[in-house]
Amino acid sequence: MTDQQTFLATLRNSESPIPPGLLAPGGRPAGKRFDVYRNNVAVSLVEALESGFPVVRKLVGNDFFQAMAGVYWRAHPPKSPVLTLYGDDFAAFLDGFPPAASVPYLADIARLEYALRLSYHAADTVPIDPAHLMELPAEQLMRQIFGFAPAIQMIASRWPIFGIWRANTSADAPATGKEAETVLITRPEFDPNPIVLSAGEAAFVDAMIGGASLGDAAEIGASKADFVLAEILGHLLAQGAITSLEERPKP
Amino acid sequence: MLDRNRTFPALPNQPGVGFKSQHFEGLLKDPGSVGWIEVHAENYMGDGGRPLAQLRTLAERFAVSVHGVGLSIGGEGPLDPDHLARLKHLVGWLNPASFSEHLAWSTHDTHYYNDLLPLPYTVETLTRVCSHIDQVQDVLGRQMLLENPSNYLAFAETEMAEVEFLRDIARRTGCGLLLDVNNVFVSATNQQTDPISYLDAFPLDHVGELHLGGHDTDEDDMGAPLLIDSHGAAVVDPVWALYDHVIKAGGPRPSLIEWDTDVPPWPVLRAEADRAAKILTREAMMV
Repeated sequence: MTDQQTFLATLRNSESPIPPGLLAPGGRPAGKRFDVYRNNVAVSLVEALESGFPVVRKLVGNDFFQAMAGVYWRAHPPKSPVLTLYGDDFAAFLDGFPPAASVPYLADIARLEYALRLSYHAADTVPIDPAHLMELPAEQLMRQIFGFAPAIQMIASRWPIFGIWRANTSADAPATGKEAETVLITRPEFDPNPIVLSAGEAAFVDAMIGGASLGDAAEIGASKADFVLAEILGHLLAQGAITSLEERPKP
Repeated sequence: MLDRNRTFPALPNQPGVGFKSQHFEGLLKDPGSVGWIEVHAENYMGDGGRPLAQLRTLAERFAVSVHGVGLSIGGEGPLDPDHLARLKHLVGWLNPASFSEHLAWSTHDTHYYNDLLPLPYTVETLTRVCSHIDQVQDVLGRQMLLENPSNYLAFAETEMAEVEFLRDIARRTGCGLLLDVNNVFVSATNQQTDPISYLDAFPLDHVGELHLGGHDTDEDDMGAPLLIDSHGAAVVDPVWALYDHVIKAGGPRPSLIEWDTDVPPWPVLRAEADRAAKILTREAMMV
């Protein structure tokens, strides 16, 4: 009898002998026929990773990616049939994958690509009307706490990940910088839109997402480089990233 | 929101296509003979965004079949309750005309292997599959269709023929059957059996949907033909001939063209649907 545990152990290891209870016509051993299943599983899971991490693949080349993805799926098979979200720990796997160590930003590129995917599949939300916010008196405005669309994602890296990502996804991308980059992803309708934040903007958005009031977050932003409140607030509003307002009581 | 007045009570006896997002515009502008669409359940389990928006738009125009590929009904372990809940949610808001799944397994110890893996046909596996189908139909509150697999090998412990196994399942659980004509051709070629005998024994009264698709051609260690169900090519003439045979024997049925890899431009897929329409229309006029 060939139970499913045995079937899978054979499937995962291409060197394993085929269980004798699996047959070709006439009672011959199944032989190469079993490889159809081995191949289907390996190809389909590697393809799921290829379509989810196209820039990672481009950076390391197809052959390297195929081999790396093969190691990954055997160690981290999907935990659910929803493959649109497969690869949640691919970046963490790359952090500890010595053969890829010569591309030190690879894991952060994987983080960015996974964040883009999460944003793409996130729930639809109705943004606030920017006019409503702008009508508030300044003191009241600064006491606002924002609720954010679930499609919003922020990825901070020691590497210029946005520049690297863009150079590998668009033909006319400018030269990649050398500085660390923090990327903010918003999704105005259906297409995730990544931009680079300055240090001040990143600190501001991070504080706002953490539940700080606009006034407190603006102070945190202003303590870092390159912060213009109207610019980042305008971007968040234009991108439909803010979905609710809550007023912090007066002290 | 989906306009519930425009949902459809059953799949029409017309050609349908497996929906691919790149065909969204083509399908809406130039559906040809296509009367319904099928989507893979697992691709529509995100919280929102373009996939769900496209599906809502299509559901206002076409009857929809939700086809699961990951429930692992043939698995030795219990069904994944989280996945069953996701299916219930999807079927709940979409209210599709049909829900179908496979006679296969894909999950073991909470890990999912993304293929339709085979099971032996024994009294034990029959009991297990039936209890899983009972559970699915209870949770979803509707009848499901079960699809015959493509077989590449056989199990020494198998005790009954596949048709007999499927007929018993339908009788015990009240589920319907999804007859994949390409799978019949692939399995019969691989097992060196006669596809017409399989079809003539198949309980066509229980069939709520037919599938047509393409396959790859290979050979085994002994040079015997080995066909692989790829959904990556046009339907071949011998499969069209089997389809014709089924429609003659059982009458018109909702008939899906599946093309999931190397997906062609919309007009090529539409032409496949139109070919099915010719056979369906001819039979409808004979009745």
